[in-house]
Amino acid sequence: MSSSIQKLYFKSEQAKAYTLLSPALILVIFAMAAPLIVMVFTSFNTQISMTEIDRTLTTGRYEDFFSKPIFSMLLFRSVKISFFVTLLTLVTTYPLAYYIAFYVKKNKMLWIVLMTLPFWTSYLLRVFSWRVILGNKGVINSALMGTGMIDEPLGFLLYNQAAVIITLSHAWAAFAILPLYVSLDKIDKSLLEASYDLGNSKFETFWRVTFPLSLPGVIGAILIIFIPTVGDYVTPQLVGGTDGRMLSNMIQSLFGRANNFPLGAASAVLMLTTVCLIAALVTYITKKVSMRMS
Amino acid sequence: MISKNYIKINNLSKSFGDVEVLKNINLEIEEGEFFSLLGPSGCGKTTLLRILAGFEFPSEGDVYFDNVDVTSVPPNLRPSNMVFQNYAIFPHINVQKNIEFGLRKENLTKEEMKQRVLNALKMVQLEGYENRYSNQLSGGQRQRIALARALVKQPKVLLLDEPLGALDKKLREEMQIELRNLQKSLGITFIFVTHDQEEAMTMSDRIAVMDHGNILQVSPPKEIYNRPKNKFVSQFIGNINILDTEINSSSSDNLNLEVEGFGSVSLKNNYNFNKTTKVYSAIRPEELLISKDDVLNNKYQSSGIIKNISFYGESTYFYVQLSNSEKVLMVSNNDQKNSFQEKEKCFVSFDPENLKLIED
Amino acid sequence: MYNKNNTLFIYCIFYFAFLYIPVLLLPIFSFNDSFHMVFPLKGFTFDWYIQMWNKSRLHQALFNSIKVGIIASVVSTFIALFAAKAFTRYKVKFHGLSYGAILLPFIIPEIIIAVAFIVIWTSMGLQLGLIPVTISHILFCTPFCMLILISRMEGFDKSLEEASMDLGENSFWTFWRVTFPLLLPGIIASLLLAFVISFDEFILAFFLSSSDQTLPIYMWSQLRFPKKFPHILALGAIIIIVTSIIVMLAYWLRNLGQGKKKDFSIGI
Repeated sequence: MSSSIQKLYFKSEQAKAYTLLSPALILVIFAMAAPLIVMVFTSFNTQISMTEIDRTLTTGRYEDFFSKPIFSMLLFRSVKISFFVTLLTLVTTYPLAYYIAFYVKKNKMLWIVLMTLPFWTSYLLRVFSWRVILGNKGVINSALMGTGMIDEPLGFLLYNQAAVIITLSHAWAAFAILPLYVSLDKIDKSLLEASYDLGNSKFETFWRVTFPLSLPGVIGAILIIFIPTVGDYVTPQLVGGTDGRMLSNMIQSLFGRANNFPLGAASAVLMLTTVCLIAALVTYITKKVSMRMS
Repeated sequence: MISKNYIKINNLSKSFGDVEVLKNINLEIEEGEFFSLLGPSGCGKTTLLRILAGFEFPSEGDVYFDNVDVTSVPPNLRPSNMVFQNYAIFPHINVQKNIEFGLRKENLTKEEMKQRVLNALKMVQLEGYENRYSNQLSGGQRQRIALARALVKQPKVLLLDEPLGALDKKLREEMQIELRNLQKSLGITFIFVTHDQEEAMTMSDRIAVMDHGNILQVSPPKEIYNRPKNKFVSQFIGNINILDTEINSSSSDNLNLEVEGFGSVSLKNNYNFNKTTKVYSAIRPEELLISKDDVLNNKYQSSGIIKNISFYGESTYFYVQLSNSEKVLMVSNNDQKNSFQEKEKCFVSFDPENLKLIED
Repeated sequence: MYNKNNTLFIYCIFYFAFLYIPVLLLPIFSFNDSFHMVFPLKGFTFDWYIQMWNKSRLHQALFNSIKVGIIASVVSTFIALFAAKAFTRYKVKFHGLSYGAILLPFIIPEIIIAVAFIVIWTSMGLQLGLIPVTISHILFCTPFCMLILISRMEGFDKSLEEASMDLGENSFWTFWRVTFPLLLPGIIASLLLAFVISFDEFILAFFLSSSDQTLPIYMWSQLRFPKKFPHILALGAIIIIVTSIIVMLAYWLRNLGQGKKKDFSIGI
């Protein structure tokens, strides 16, 4: 008697768990998986008129993508820009994370809140703010001209890839610092003391002990910044100009004015594939590196 | 006091997946008893306690409280209450509300409630703490609040899951005495889980020594100490010397043994061993005598060299390497005037009455 | 050894300035009596705030954003609460797979979700509008809420629920008297943060709405017109202040009752 009741109880534990999970799983299946599948399917279709799509399967859209150089160029540029944004953000936020983890004794929480607060304000407005800052009549130029340091506004600040990179590193800074901070904070301080005790300098200790131990956070930050940035729309649209245009701007017009849903879907599929491949690569390299370290 | 078998556990087993945590447990606990479950980590004692509380369900077997089958009764309907290892004080309400927590269903008036809580706090000597919150209490105070919260419900059985584990030594010793006195004055059954054998010995009426899901021996502390049934129990409780032993011959009165390091020994046969049972001789350090010279008229002695001396305040422990064996014996000596030194030769002897035979 | 590092400290100050100046410029210029955001400041004025007050389309957009935000945050929190309970209290088979799948919308680029959604919605012949926007927001917010609630639940001592049962309460009363009050701060934090995410979200709304605008879409539409632009600054300034207050409240709630163990992540 006891064992059959126990079996029932145990089985129902799995059943209970999945009942609780079901709303979330249903959401993901219907609102995420199904749309993605339809999107992939659509990428093999053809847009005939404003409202009609020919559903016969064809690889035509992918041929279109690769035959017109602008598409691949935009994809490549998006990856390139994301790479630089990731690098810049990492390099600039790492010292801050380091400082809070090791040098701040009281009110660490306050520092973290202050760091992440800007992230919660409207992304749109922050990007627009950068447009203002970098523009010809913008804050930097009017300040420099006003103090007489230059006669003409610096035109190279805006409407190019550099502007996009700077703006995005600002946008992602708060988001990036958290994984960095968490993994730095976790490091057992006595490991560092042991390193000094064994004769290492501050820099050597950092390079040989601290940095390797903070790698999980670094990898986390890399993935968090890189993946969404590839698909960013607002920043290139507002501060990118022609030089800074990215793939999502093209995709948006394919769903808007240019009205070519299948081509837009194909572009999205290729963007997603690229992102997945790079993420997989990063994860693979991480595993290899961490295996060698432990 | 008529001792009733208040709690009965019959043929109880418990497995988690493939791992058998409790194997065929049979136990009877009397009303008003301070009963300890003692054993190393992983022996199953906490699982057994949780089954008694109703948080785990046995794979096989039954549990009876006062002749009522409670095996499938949920924890909120059992006449037992538990003091958790980490105290489990509700952080979002104050001490007053914590202690009142279990009284909701009793429909008491506000005054009655207040009085009950006050009495409970008096019992654990924390009057005046009603408005404090969990994070304003020390570990020892939280432990006592947990106790008060359980006792205010006047349960028949109190289950305690290593409640003193997180306290420092002095506080622990104080609490041990307090708990024992509390239990005696209330007269309810306490079932106490611990891995600390000194603790169990100090407080209990009876101890059940457990290992790997089995109950090895259930006896009062003195008996466990003086007549351990097997090697594990003897080594778990206090310090002991174990010597390999062969039974040469046995009769209804006598046993003739070959004891490692000491040669032939003759004992009164109070045991039920046959020639094929694997036995050991066990003797406590305080039951061995150490002397500089040959003890005349004592057949059971051996010479040896002192390898190590450890001073413990009230007693000194000598680690003696016997001449005719590889064994190192632990001998304790309270004589403050002794002047033994390491590497000195000595003699170790014993009274055969103190030699215990134990099984594997 | 780790007492002071002035170079790093100065760097941090500069970096903080870099972080905050773009954000602070908005409120500063919202009081500036000029159509252009340039230094030097021209003069102090409330005009833009007053102008904002009179724009009915703005009010409509605001109302839409609040509507979508409330629905999205409530539904997301609800779904996430159940999922969090499943992951923390039970041993779920295919734990990693389910967990990853639910987190997915949060990880892949938003535009991909927007594209996938618009494609399936239109191919089903349905109209774009606030409904697909709300659904996509729910999809986007749920992973985030789940991370918040899981971290809250992991810090939750299981023996508290057992103690409650031991003291006589059944499952319902245990939930009501112990579990729910202890989870409440986390639930509120989840609601607040999900609301903020939905309120500020642009790209999904941009793709999926039609004539009903959310506030970010309204702002986007106004950005090109210099004359209409300054009142957006006023709006932005107010949004920043209100959002900051909400977020600080949410942070405070998330750490309520957690004792020494403070939660520093945004759920990571």
